[in-house]
Amino acid sequence: MSTPFYVSPQQAMADRAEYARKGIARGRSLVVLQYADGIVFVGENPSRALHKFSEIYDRIGFAAAGKYNEYENLRIGGVRYADLRGYTYDRDDVTARGLANVYAQTLGTIFSSAAEKPYEVELVVAEVGETPEGDQIYRLPHDGSIVDEHGSVAVGGNAEQISSYLDQRHQDGMTLAEALKLAVQALSRDTNGSQREIPAERLEVAVLDRTRPQKRKFKRITGRQLARLLDADGASSATDAEDETTEDE
Amino acid sequence: MEANTRSTGRLPAAFLTPGSSSFMDFLAEHQPELLPGKRQLPPTQGVIEAPHGTTIVAATFPGGVVLAGDRRATMGNVIAQRDIEKVFPADEYSAVGIAGTAGLAVEMVKLFQLELEHFEKVEGAQLSLEGKANRLSTMIRSNLGMAMQGLAVVPLFAGYDVDRGKGRIFSYDVTGGRSEEQGYAATGSGSIFARGAMKKLFRADLTEDQATTLVVQALYDAADDDSATGGPDVARRIYPIVTVITEDGFRRLTEDEASEIARSILERRLEQPDGPRAALL
Repeated sequence: MSTPFYVSPQQAMADRAEYARKGIARGRSLVVLQYADGIVFVGENPSRALHKFSEIYDRIGFAAAGKYNEYENLRIGGVRYADLRGYTYDRDDVTARGLANVYAQTLGTIFSSAAEKPYEVELVVAEVGETPEGDQIYRLPHDGSIVDEHGSVAVGGNAEQISSYLDQRHQDGMTLAEALKLAVQALSRDTNGSQREIPAERLEVAVLDRTRPQKRKFKRITGRQLARLLDADGASSATDAEDETTEDE
Repeated sequence: MEANTRSTGRLPAAFLTPGSSSFMDFLAEHQPELLPGKRQLPPTQGVIEAPHGTTIVAATFPGGVVLAGDRRATMGNVIAQRDIEKVFPADEYSAVGIAGTAGLAVEMVKLFQLELEHFEKVEGAQLSLEGKANRLSTMIRSNLGMAMQGLAVVPLFAGYDVDRGKGRIFSYDVTGGRSEEQGYAATGSGSIFARGAMKKLFRADLTEDQATTLVVQALYDAADDDSATGGPDVARRIYPIVTVITEDGFRRLTEDEASEIARSILERRLEQPDGPRAALL
């Protein structure tokens, strides 16, 4: 039996981080933005059935970039965690903060355990509040750290570039159509700065809409509604803005 | 009780193990003590006294189904609660109304709602209406032990079948036996009277408004002859819960809508205490 080479902990961690980051970078990036009535998830996804975004609980949504089977596993774990917690205590006791902590612990333990390979995933857990100030967005990188985000967030291989593009242009109180268009613009910029077209049928879009009368605020936006929002010009977004001001009063 | 320690720290392995899309199956493996059916029963003598919910009625109409319930819970000859709710949305396209031991019934509904929601979230698709009805069967069957001690739960399940484009009603017995009802159905202590009323008033071509009136008429007749069923309580503004499920999903009539139906029926009954007459032939 041969003696294994000594690898310093720093080097081991750096190798694991690089492995995870490379895995995540293979997939397409996705973005999560706050808009006036909630939070919108936008990503490029050619599949109709294998979702990147999904509902976890009443006000909580989930987005993931990276390896499908790994984030799907985490997603189902999250649904089980939320449903069990809501069943044991009350529906109001299920929070994005609690869920994000559980995910962070899970990812962190896997990342630093030598027996397991690190997960090649980056997650976003978002909860829509009663008001925009109550919205919560948490980004969870592969190593189990946790970042509290505001306004906009991007995850995936090209995330840094997309994030800085969004940071410059995202504003509070955007309409859904405006936020969606900004997200699509950010996603369709390539690493070298050139633009490419993402057709509507390759987009996966979902919202956590605080104005929905149902307790469950998660909703997918597809087909005609998506096309209408993408086509919406300045006029319709102006009327949307008027509606909001009257609601605010 | 372990849920506390589990709420911090890493997700336990059971959460990340690929498995069934059923929340009940997950509970049975992970924390079986939380399932109502797995509870250890102490030996008891005689019947346990607990509040009972009474009458639930349902009727179909072209395009949907109506499910309604009275508001009274009784414990022996005492009215335990005047404004109990016994009709609940199960999900977007179905509702469940429950007669029997109120505490267990409400718990069962909560678990049933969660079961449907959990499946929908995990699979990304809704169960078929038959699938939902079968799931409820399983839950009643798991309550059989308690039913034998007098703590029976007897639901009525109604929903809009998206695939067939029509409303359907399923009734159950305490053993979980399930049967689909054609047109109208009732369960609970006042059900014999309610069924009699609906038998005479039901037609296959009712409108939605007529169907909601029909079920409230039936509840009135049940309350008229069964002391455990509560009629519309005008003084306290407590009216039956009436829900409608159509292609547009589940909707519960607002208090104003329910009171309008109940009041118009009351007014007619002041002139004609036995209610509307059906033609003799």
